[in-house]
Amino acid sequence: MELIEAIILSVLAASTPLLLAATGELVTERSGVLNLGVEGMMIVGAACGFGGAWLTGSIIVGALCGILAGTLMSLLFAGMALGLAVNQVATGLALTIFGTGLSGLIGAGFVGERITPAPHLYIPFITNIPLIGRILFGEDGFVYLSLALIAAVWWFLYRTRAGLIVRACGDNHVSAHALGYPVLRIRMYAVMFGGACAGLAGAYLPLAYTPFFIPGMTAGRGWIALALTVFASWRPGRLVIGAYLFGAVTILQLHAQGAGIGIPSQFMSSLPYLATVIVLVLLSRARTGGSTAPAALGTVFVPDR
Amino acid sequence: MRNTTSAGQHTSATPLLQTVALTKRYGTFLANDKIDLDIWPRQIHALLGENGAGKSTLVKTIYGLVQPSEGELRWEGRNMVLSGPSQARARGIGMVFQHFSLFDNLTVAENVALGLDGKESFKEISARLERVSHSYGLPLDPKREVWQLSVGERQRIEIVRALMQDPKFLILDEPTAVLTPQEADQLFVVLERLKSEGRAILYISHKLEEVKRLCDTATILRNGKKVATCNPKAETAASLARMMVGAEIKEVKPAATREITVPRLAIVDLNLEPDDPHGVHLKGISLELRGGEILGIAGVAGNGQDELFAALSGERLAKDPGTVVIEGIAAGHLSISRRRKLGAAFVPEERLGHGTAPRMRLSENALLTGHVAGNMVLHGFVNTAATLNAVDRTTKTFDVRKAKRDPEAASLSGGNLQKFIVGREILRNPAVLVVNQPTWGVDAGAAAVIRQALLDLAAGGAAVLVTSQDIDELIEISDRIAVMFHGRLSEPLPTAEASREKLGLLMGGSSLEATEQAHAAGT
Repeated sequence: MELIEAIILSVLAASTPLLLAATGELVTERSGVLNLGVEGMMIVGAACGFGGAWLTGSIIVGALCGILAGTLMSLLFAGMALGLAVNQVATGLALTIFGTGLSGLIGAGFVGERITPAPHLYIPFITNIPLIGRILFGEDGFVYLSLALIAAVWWFLYRTRAGLIVRACGDNHVSAHALGYPVLRIRMYAVMFGGACAGLAGAYLPLAYTPFFIPGMTAGRGWIALALTVFASWRPGRLVIGAYLFGAVTILQLHAQGAGIGIPSQFMSSLPYLATVIVLVLLSRARTGGSTAPAALGTVFVPDR
Repeated sequence: MRNTTSAGQHTSATPLLQTVALTKRYGTFLANDKIDLDIWPRQIHALLGENGAGKSTLVKTIYGLVQPSEGELRWEGRNMVLSGPSQARARGIGMVFQHFSLFDNLTVAENVALGLDGKESFKEISARLERVSHSYGLPLDPKREVWQLSVGERQRIEIVRALMQDPKFLILDEPTAVLTPQEADQLFVVLERLKSEGRAILYISHKLEEVKRLCDTATILRNGKKVATCNPKAETAASLARMMVGAEIKEVKPAATREITVPRLAIVDLNLEPDDPHGVHLKGISLELRGGEILGIAGVAGNGQDELFAALSGERLAKDPGTVVIEGIAAGHLSISRRRKLGAAFVPEERLGHGTAPRMRLSENALLTGHVAGNMVLHGFVNTAATLNAVDRTTKTFDVRKAKRDPEAASLSGGNLQKFIVGREILRNPAVLVVNQPTWGVDAGAAAVIRQALLDLAAGGAAVLVTSQDIDELIEISDRIAVMFHGRLSEPLPTAEASREKLGLLMGGSSLEATEQAHAAGT
């Protein structure tokens, strides 16, 4: 009982940064932009988030610093990929390399420092209910925030006019432009939202997951978030399922190692990517028509005026 | 310059829309040069001109998509500055785009909602969509996604979307280019009704007969300038074409006698499943084509023409080698290059990306189809002199106009690139030429050159298979015409017996017998 509860709690904690980062990337990609710089935005968010929290002693200030850092990184991407119409894949990869270096520079002064991690929710009696109490009512604020955010994104994309316009830009930017929508500005907002989410996801790691900063602490979570977006076939509902599934795989890998089960850990860590490939194959086989991915994903748009 | 001859029917004193010396410059290039245009209510006004004459730029300016460099727009007599299409829509200007401005993965209702600026809820939009579409006889299911719909249905979405804004002025950019004659007739009924409701229509088309039938006034653009305004009903198609081109268009002349010789291409009971979910299943296609003969295949786009082309060219292989026979040799299982070696040549519909590699030079593109024969490749090395020579010969024989000797394919205009591609294949002296949409989106001058080249090739003894959506083109050059519908090919009709009406009915799916009966009853 204790072990199961501990495993579920750690799965939720491990899944939250994946869900946050993938939520942002989902909106970015739905607008037609492929930003491969998630890992870079996350790691800068982690460094700035920890720095903010360590200097002020406030987790909220830390989280805001992470969001701001991720947004600034994404603006760098937007300037190149949207403003100057540079190839999105190359720009995204460059952003990740740049972010890795920059975070080391920012975080150099904080390495070895510790902070008090984000507090967990505690409601007397309710949180004490065996098993479900701590799982449902005893998480840190980020877990609830990530779920609220993906629900809000679903509502935005499918129930609001602005969300319809974002999806339209991702489906066919030429048509969207012809109807008079400012495609590049809409995409810039989507990219900024993606950056903010990635920054927050990065900040989650030193603020709640492990209360210290080490260089490279995102450890490929940005890439898993990218795979997750594809795995979810760009649908918010599937994204939640996928995030917890991928989170569970990373945790099980640790427990399997601890229990001495002889599955190579390298195989376990490759599972999310393997699952993504399998889902892609299944989706394209089951497809009756239309396209699962946003049709304009990753294509450069230059409006004529 | 001629003056409007139909001015008698104006009911108001000022035009609904005026462009006054409207000019648009891109760098040093004048896309529109001081264009004056008056649009009156209750009129269908044609805008004519070759590709690149400035029609698109002009209507984009009127719709607020492009900002004029000089000159002004006047709406109901007052100056109007548009910063975007939503401002044009707010005044009552609607537009139906040539390449539809639709979103394939969104539903019909979502597509319509994206074209409206009001604060209506999604439910209200869906309800109004059904009302408007039914009242104009343009039925649409709001819940379907666009990729599931036919081209005709897609155009209906565009038109209904424009009508839902209750526009005073509607711009249609080549609306009939993709429709069957019957679908076009239905569209004309809607347009006549819109006109009788007091709306003004600006109608862009290449089809001059259609313009003569439908339009009250025509403005003709050439090289960015307005060259004439006239009453199209008082003109002939030839005189309109002359004003568009600025010179007589050479008439296409078939050779006096063409000898029909041996069978060169045969398709024997070809059945082929599509390899993508949108594709068409080819069912029981049989055909025999002899040397000296041109056979036309008519049909609305998406009825299996592309699949048939792929099966003939070898882009898709048939299971049974005997289904495609080139020069008496079963070739259904052979690759594209092997088929070329047998004497076949292929010109696909899409010029950039299929017919040529856009970012490669013309000489490299010549090599891509010419490597199987001749001296372009020696011991595995490219013979640059030979490839350049092929470009020069094509340029000279087919009047390909380009900025330098060997530019990138993408830098040529549509008409010149098409002349290059057709010429490249013809200069290889093929025994069989399969060509898909030879003059699609090509200006009248280049189209005449290409049609003449096809006739000359047949006169030289080759078999030519032409697929086209342009019925007039097929009637002009073919000896026999067959129609493709839902993956089946009708029995070919001798061109003398193939009227536009008959072909139109076949294109809509009627059987040949039913068509004969309808014809007999009508005459």
